[in-house]
Amino acid sequence: MGPVSYSWYNSRRCILSRANVTLVDYGIGNLQAFCNIYSRLNVSIDIASTPEELSCAKRIILPGVGAFDWAMTRLIDSGLREMLDDLVLTQHVPVLGVCVGMQIMAKNSEEGVIPGLGWLDAKVKHFNHNNLSPDIHFPHMGWNDVEPAFQNELFANIIDPRFYFLHSYYFSPANLMQTLATTEYGIQFTSAAVSGNIYGVQFHPEKSHSWGIQLLRNFSEI
Amino acid sequence: MLRPRIIPCLLIHNGGLVKTVKFTDPKYVGDPLNAVRIFNEKIVDELIVLDIDATVSNAPPNYKLIGELAGECRMPLCYGGGVKSLNEVENIISLGVEKVAISSAALADQTLIKESAQRVGNQSIVVVIDVKKTGLISKRYEVFTHNGKRSSGVHPVEFAQTMESLGVGEILINSIDKDGTLSGYDMDLVDLIRRVVTIPVTVLGGAGSQTDIANLFQRFGVIGAAAGSLFVFKGKYRAVLIQYLSEIEKDQMYLLDISDSPLS
Repeated sequence: MGPVSYSWYNSRRCILSRANVTLVDYGIGNLQAFCNIYSRLNVSIDIASTPEELSCAKRIILPGVGAFDWAMTRLIDSGLREMLDDLVLTQHVPVLGVCVGMQIMAKNSEEGVIPGLGWLDAKVKHFNHNNLSPDIHFPHMGWNDVEPAFQNELFANIIDPRFYFLHSYYFSPANLMQTLATTEYGIQFTSAAVSGNIYGVQFHPEKSHSWGIQLLRNFSEI
Repeated sequence: MLRPRIIPCLLIHNGGLVKTVKFTDPKYVGDPLNAVRIFNEKIVDELIVLDIDATVSNAPPNYKLIGELAGECRMPLCYGGGVKSLNEVENIISLGVEKVAISSAALADQTLIKESAQRVGNQSIVVVIDVKKTGLISKRYEVFTHNGKRSSGVHPVEFAQTMESLGVGEILINSIDKDGTLSGYDMDLVDLIRRVVTIPVTVLGGAGSQTDIANLFQRFGVIGAAAGSLFVFKGKYRAVLIQYLSEIEKDQMYLLDISDSPLS
């Protein structure tokens, strides 16, 4: 029998301390809003700002507000990237990226020069202002409809789904099968994506009242 | 369909919420966090909170309060008041605020606007333009700062265009003359600015009824309708009562042909 691996040791250590959902604290995004929603739902939650704290995660939320390069820089500086890659890509822990937290799962973005995490084969593109009605203003800001492309537990029990958007760039997957939901704003774009254990939403469920609360509840049960 | 936004705007003065008339005579209307909780229950589209002391007293942003507000809000939050450095913008966004509103510093320091938009993304930078009509005979619009006490000599149209070119994501037009009057929005002012910028515009100052908001949507389509008094006072004696539109009332404004169905 070989030496006991770190991951085996860690899995034993984690049994006692596992929260249902772990928020990645890399200095960006509204951690408190997620915490408030989950505590009302009686879902156990913890916040990870070190690789050790993150290592036990059962489900991960990667929040985000801000520009692509700023978010990537913060994530790299946080020292969490390697552990995140391992949990998401090797251990297949469910992860939900929110807003720019979704965008940095792509390979790159027209908003910046720093490569993304590359978990999904996707690019982040700028809305093309040309050929659009003058009534369409950018950034895309406000409450818009979200149309699921197929049945998925993330959107279970959400009637008439609508969420709050705030962005100038959109996530564009190479494989359209990864488009979990779409939204119309001048064009039809991917407002939620999925590939195996990896989920991303362009909108802010933590700021979308009952629709967002139900989506976050759904993620905690995936 | 993207819906037009209906946004309560709360003012913070001496740690409490107040409502002003023409930027003067602040009346106490309650506790900020308590108001946020009530607005959560009422499913508001968005919330704007402006600290009206910070710039005048040259105080830094109150991060403790901002963090508490952002955590409590179940809807997006735009926070402004005394923001004058890139570091402050970053700190406020890091606390979980979606949008930072910059007012007087936008006139003084264009580099701040440009760098902030690049750092945190243009969608998170809002410029508040406080506008008053000046001149005795031929009235013209002018941008003011420091709670309407300091004139700038700048015309709001020119200012809005400059701000858009620097990467601002939203213009909040705030009419000082209309503030607290419940007499309807200054549609001419909105028209001047809506024509020259392609970014989202939100209008504040003067909303006194649902009809005022419906008129704004009818004329300008998808636009932000912000209001203070309308959502914190009830009746002609201005009793404090935090209120908002129901989902049905909102849907009526978005979906019906407003011109054919006057709202109360």
